[in-house]
Amino acid sequence: MAGHGPKTHFKNPAVRWLDSRLPIVSMMNDQAIVFPTPKNLNYMWTFGAILTFMLVTMIVTGITLAMHYAANTAIAFDQVEKIMRDVNFGWLLRYIHAVGASMFFFAVYMHIARGLYYGSYKAPREVLWMLGVIILILMMATAFMGYVLPWGQMSGWGATVITNLFSAIPLVGPSITEWLWGGFAVDNATLNRFFALHYLLPFVIAGVVILHIWALHVAGNNNPTGVSVKSSKDTVPFSPYLTIKDGFAIVIFMILYAWFVFYVPNYLGHPDNYIQFNPLVTPAHIVPEWYLLPFYAMLRAIPDKLGGVIVMFASLLILLVIPWLDTSRVRSARYRPMFKIAFWIWVVTCIALGYLGAMPAEGIYVILARIFTLYYFGFFLILMPVLGIIETPKPLPNSIADDVLAKSKKKHADVHTGSGAGTPEGAAAAPKKD
Amino acid sequence: MATTETNDGHGEAHGETRRDFLYIATGAVAAVGIGSIAWPFIDQMNPDAASLALASTSVDISALGEGESMTVMWRGKPVFIRKRTPTEVEEAKEVPLSELRDTDARNPNIGTGEATDANRAVQGREDLLVMIGVCTHLGCIPLGQAGDFDGWFCPCHGSHYDTAGRIRRGPAPENLAIPPYSFPDESTLVVG
Ligand code: HEM
Ligand code: FES
Repeated sequence: MAGHGPKTHFKNPAVRWLDSRLPIVSMMNDQAIVFPTPKNLNYMWTFGAILTFMLVTMIVTGITLAMHYAANTAIAFDQVEKIMRDVNFGWLLRYIHAVGASMFFFAVYMHIARGLYYGSYKAPREVLWMLGVIILILMMATAFMGYVLPWGQMSGWGATVITNLFSAIPLVGPSITEWLWGGFAVDNATLNRFFALHYLLPFVIAGVVILHIWALHVAGNNNPTGVSVKSSKDTVPFSPYLTIKDGFAIVIFMILYAWFVFYVPNYLGHPDNYIQFNPLVTPAHIVPEWYLLPFYAMLRAIPDKLGGVIVMFASLLILLVIPWLDTSRVRSARYRPMFKIAFWIWVVTCIALGYLGAMPAEGIYVILARIFTLYYFGFFLILMPVLGIIETPKPLPNSIADDVLAKSKKKHADVHTGSGAGTPEGAAAAPKKD
Repeated sequence: MATTETNDGHGEAHGETRRDFLYIATGAVAAVGIGSIAWPFIDQMNPDAASLALASTSVDISALGEGESMTVMWRGKPVFIRKRTPTEVEEAKEVPLSELRDTDARNPNIGTGEATDANRAVQGREDLLVMIGVCTHLGCIPLGQAGDFDGWFCPCHGSHYDTAGRIRRGPAPENLAIPPYSFPDESTLVVG
């Protein structure tokens, strides 16, 4: 981060006093106000801000829910019903939180797809990308444990199936599972520790998010051309350009979110979770929440317990190494005709796996799941290294500014002249230079 | 060590020094200390004394008729007790060991043994089968008298068990486990 030591001179003496002792004001100014951002970012770049908004939403609604919840198998289920019926606005808090988990994952998947399409995982953003993968894994753990808290049938059986994944580990597997449970089955001890961890992990996520943004501000944003920023002509200051754009996107996102919360709050959930957990009866169809379905499909595609578990975890961990699997020197799929096709097939693959994860594990569904699992891994392990070598990329623009100009010239030849677009940055950055 | 390049009077300029030894010794002691204080924090998550106290469940099975099953809870898990029909017993006996996916009887009451029907059923009571009703795949409860082998079928990911509770098809790796049990008298089964 550039903000170590005050470089900015503030008019307000109190601000100046604080900033010379703790340069937090200059840091915020450098990182969130004047921070140079490529001028061609599209709306796929607003999901970062949307994700930040979602994390705050989940923490605020989560802490207020925790004021009424009780992690005890004897009362947890009833307690959630009390939140729904008796607690003032309890229904609202719970629906914002439960639907919020889905919205959070929707946003994170868009964010990841953006990164894949525009090559944001490639040098110099490898660490930024890997921190993102760690956030995804932490989010999954958090959401999984949160779903256990209402102690319905899906809570208990989902917890049973997922914790049993660890029993596939040779030798120590069964002891690990009992250690996770604190007993011989999913029970009170399990619910208690899941609540403790469900409370903790979002704050761990917040910590990793800070590292993620730090790494972003070292390398700077990627952009739809994938061409690095070359001069100040390529950028605009973060504020007001990106703050307004992100704010607008958050408002649109909130409309969709509110539609779910107020009109179909249970659409994304499973009705069986309104039946209290019964350790003697497994529901005919256990399915995880929609955002975990593709991974669940890959688990079931493999006819071997340990093999299925390895494939499922590998499908996440492989994301950590793709910066080194992709051999192309061009970042953005916009200039990579073959990669672009491979990418869209991969997107279809993920959606298909999500559908198959919700279907019964038999017949044609298993065969299809195997084919799509092969493509999921083949995309990373074979296509990424090979396409980078055999594909001829389209010519890249000389700079971001050139690309933007070439596009707008067709419409309004003289509105966006190079100097015109460059001025706002100079103006906003002015207080920095004395 | 970079610092040993310039001799600061505490050791020799080249090679290993007493200071290196002290660094390593300090590090080793710290690692042991951290390791030993971490253990209580890890071990607290293991099953506590109350769960470990080998609770046993006593069941009156005198009312159990041929072709009937009952389920009791033991250590938070369901235990299936089934009085099998002669056809079910025959079916299980006819299966050659070579066709089994898991050839271990998984029966602690007989020590180790092959997964023959005799080794799976209660000793001396070939109609009686007592098993932990937890799928050895990922822990769902299989449905009785279902599946392609007339035994149990787990709907979660499609595991089929035969009439002796042995895994025959699907992702589950092992036969249904058999709990330790005893018969204080003809009509009483004690699990655990
Ligand atoms: C990364 C952020 C978070 C995610 C993805 C998440 C996810 C979830 C999910 C999926 C549920 C189940 C909702 C349902 O079906 O009822 C849940 C429940 C719950 N969460 Fe969170 N959560 C997050 C943060 C938090 C935080 C910070 C707290 C604070 C303690 C919290 C407290 C609770 C409580 C008390 C419940 C049980 C009440 C209920 O079921 O609605 N959550 N969470
Ligand atoms: S848990 Fe029984 S088949 Fe998966």
